[in-house]
Order: sequence, then C-alpha cells, then structure tokens
Amino acid sequence: MSAVLLFWLAGSGLIGLAVYGLIVNPHPLCKLLALNLLGSGVFLLFGVIARRGAAAGLGGDPVPQALVITGIVVAFSATAIAVALLLALHAEAGEASLDQEDEEP
Amino acid sequence: MADLFTILAVSAGAVLFLAGTLGLLRFPDTLTRLHALTKVDNLGLGLVVLGLLPQLGWLAAAKMLAVWLLVQLSGAVVTQILARSVRGEGES
Amino acid sequence: MMETGFDVVLALMLLGVGGWSIIARNMMTAVIIFIAYGLLLSLAWVRLHAVDVSLTEAAIGSGATGLLMVIAAHKVAGDSQRVVRLSRGFHVLAAVFATLVAIGIASLAFVLPGAPVSLAAPVLERLPESGLGNPVAGVLFVYRSFDTLLEKVVLLLALIGVWALARDQDWGGVPGLRLFQHPHSVLMLLARTLPPIGFVFAIYMTWAGADVPGGAFQGGTVLAAMWILVMVAGVRRVPRVSSPLLRLAIVAGPLVFLAIGFLGFVAPGVFLAYPDGLAKPLIVVMEVALTLSIAVILGLLIAGPPRAKDSA
Repeated sequence: MSAVLLFWLAGSGLIGLAVYGLIVNPHPLCKLLALNLLGSGVFLLFGVIARRGAAAGLGGDPVPQALVITGIVVAFSATAIAVALLLALHAEAGEASLDQEDEEP
Repeated sequence: MADLFTILAVSAGAVLFLAGTLGLLRFPDTLTRLHALTKVDNLGLGLVVLGLLPQLGWLAAAKMLAVWLLVQLSGAVVTQILARSVRGEGES
Repeated sequence: MMETGFDVVLALMLLGVGGWSIIARNMMTAVIIFIAYGLLLSLAWVRLHAVDVSLTEAAIGSGATGLLMVIAAHKVAGDSQRVVRLSRGFHVLAAVFATLVAIGIASLAFVLPGAPVSLAAPVLERLPESGLGNPVAGVLFVYRSFDTLLEKVVLLLALIGVWALARDQDWGGVPGLRLFQHPHSVLMLLARTLPPIGFVFAIYMTWAGADVPGGAFQGGTVLAAMWILVMVAGVRRVPRVSSPLLRLAIVAGPLVFLAIGFLGFVAPGVFLAYPDGLAKPLIVVMEVALTLSIAVILGLLIAGPPRAKDSA
C-alpha cells in the first residue's frame, strides 16, 4: 500500500509546484506548461484512487483509468487552443505577453 | 547461466547509461554531448536488450530487438539533424 | 523492497524534473524538460497498473503536447528577454500558498475511506457481453460511450477553434507548419523508412486495444506522428484546410460514432446501446473510423491554423 501513498504524495507535490509556477511565471507559455503539470498531478491522484480500487484480479479500477484517458485528451485539446491563441497574440502584438502596459498607445 | 549473462549484460548497459548521462551533464558543448548520448542509445540500450533476450520468449525477444533498431534509427537521424544545425549547415 | 525503492526514486524524479520545468529560465529548456517529465510520468502509470493510461500519457501528454509547445516556444523565443520582475515577497507568498495547497491535498491521503470503492468487479462481470477483453476499452466504449463520443467532439471543436484563429485572407490555405525540405537530408531518410513501420504499429495498436492495452487513441497518435513527419520532411504536401477529403476524414470518426449511437434507438431502443451480439463488430468499426479522424485532427492541431494561400 506504500506505493499508493508515495504516488499520492508525488501528485500533491506536483500540484503544489504547478500552482507556484502558474503564479510566478509571467510568460503565458510557461503558465500553460504549469497548467499541464497541474493537470498531470491531478490525474496522478486519480491513478492512485484507481490503484486502491484494485479488485477482481485487475491491478486497478478501470473506470477512473478510463476517465483519466478522456481527461488527457481533453487537456490536450485545451492546450492546442491555448497555444494557437498565444501564437495569434504573438503574431498580432509582436510578443505574447499578459502585461497590461502594452495596451497604452 | 542465463541469469548470470543477463546480470552482466544489463549491468554493463547500466554503466554505459550512467556514463552517457554524466557526459550529457558535464561535457562543454552540444557536439560532445551528442557524442555522449550516442553511446547510451546504441551500446547501452543494446546491452540491456541483449541481456534481457534469454529471459524472454521469441516473440517478446523480437519486439525488444525491434525497439532497439527503431531507437537506433531515430537516434541516428536526430543526432545528425542536431549536429548539422549546430554547425549551421541549414536546418536539414 | 526493490520495487518500493524504484517507486521512491521515480516519485522523487517526477517531483525534481517537474519542478525543474517550472523554474527553468529558458522556455525551450522548460518545454524539453516537460517532455522528459511526461515520459517519467508514463512510467509511474505503469507502476500504478494503468498501462492504457501510460500509453496515452506517453503519446498525448508527452509527445503531442510536447511537440505543440516546442513549436510555440520556438516561435515566441524572442519574448523571454523582457520578463516582468516580481518582488521577492511575492515569490515567497506564492511559494507559501503553493506549499499549503500541496500539504492540504497530501493530507487527504489519510482521510480516504478505509475500504476502497471499486467498480472493477461490476465492469468485469458484464465485460464478456461486449466481446472486448480490455476492461478500460470496455468502460470507454460501453459504459461511458457518451463521454467518449463527446471527447471526440471536443477534439473536433478544438480544431475548429484553432482554424478560427486564421486571418481572413489566409482561410482555405495550408496550415502554417514549418517545413524542412531538403532532398538529401537525413530527415528525408527517416520520413521514408519509418512511416511503413509506424503504420503497421498504429493498426496493431488499434486492433489489439480491444483485448490488451492500446486502442484508437494511441494508434491514432502514432499515425498522426507519422503524418507530421512525412509533411515536415516534404515527402507529402500539407493539404489545404478547404480540401473536402480532409474534412471528411476529420468528421468520419464522430459521424460513424453518432450513426451507431442512433442505431441503438432501432435495435435495443436506447441511444448508444449496441444490438445483442453485435457489440464487438460495431466497436471495431467505430475504432477504425476514430483512429483515422484522431490521426488527422491531431496532425492538423499540431500543424496550426492555415497561413498564406500560395505557400505550398
């Protein structure tokens, strides 16, 4: 059971790291990366829940595992949109920045 | 006997992985770092695969060999591309 | 004991590499570390006995997301010079907040219900009726087929969203994928030798996904990777987004899925239900169509919105 606890701790640690990165990294691409890290940490927690549900000869509960697969795909879709938005902003403004001072004439 | 062979070959592979990683971290420029990595790709992974072969059925063994060959192919190509872009010969 | 040691090292490496990708100064460095992190994470999924998830994480979470971000990091590389300086106090405050979040979630491990809730037994009990051998595929295509359908629609919507960001004058052009066309390059060698192998592997992965870990998504991603490689090396042209054939390939998966879903009204009487005994063949038909659509959509998402009409 210790492996389960270990990966739960790793998942929560990753969420913490990602929250920190999300706050302090100014560039939107870095924020996007932190957001993906955050998502993967949450998925890892799901994986631990699935592992705890090991029963009937299976190594884990297939329902949360299937949920995570759907989650990874949806996270990728969101990332693709975000990257496209970021690059559109970059093409339009010369750089991708969330800095509001840029709006001044 | 087979187990002894596995232990020896996989350990030798692991040593190469260690050496290659050390090189990747310590070497001064991109070309020498690539040089360190190729040892890991070819010989390191090759020895690990070779060591595991006696432990597997023939189908699994064939898959392992295929993995090694594919890593060889992609590793060689990527190394070439990286090295050329470092030398500034266009991005081919 | 050995296994626990491996898990400890893996967990520490996950945290270390994940943290490194957060604090890395250079954006491209951060993205490449993130890809390595994804591969480590897929190892963790294997340790959690979730091989299907591991394959998806390696293919999508690390591979496809990583490729997207590498392209983005390359294009915005000039931005990193002008970073906003945040005060030290703000950093400390953020670190404290993040630590509290992590500790809060970590402490939940000790209040989890003693007897784990599991749907593994009910899933296995009814799995033979679907004709599938892989319980995760069974959940995706039988119990949660509505979610799986909507997931494909989300992917389609993402593509429409990315295309919607094209400038008006570029609409109908080819996606702005950066090409490396040199007739004698080594990339060309790879683009000519690898796709046949990748193609067979993708079909195997989709086909085997019914009984062992794998499936339409993992197979589709491999196919997408081969397509991108072939386009980038210039072996095949990037198609125009207005191509009817391309659009048919994009919607084929969701359309077949919907059609089979509506078929459920006819035979068993419920949306997305399969007629008795036909579950396996219908799921295979769906998987084949989905693999094609997923491959094309993923490839186009990575290729980005259409750019100038005349560049081929």
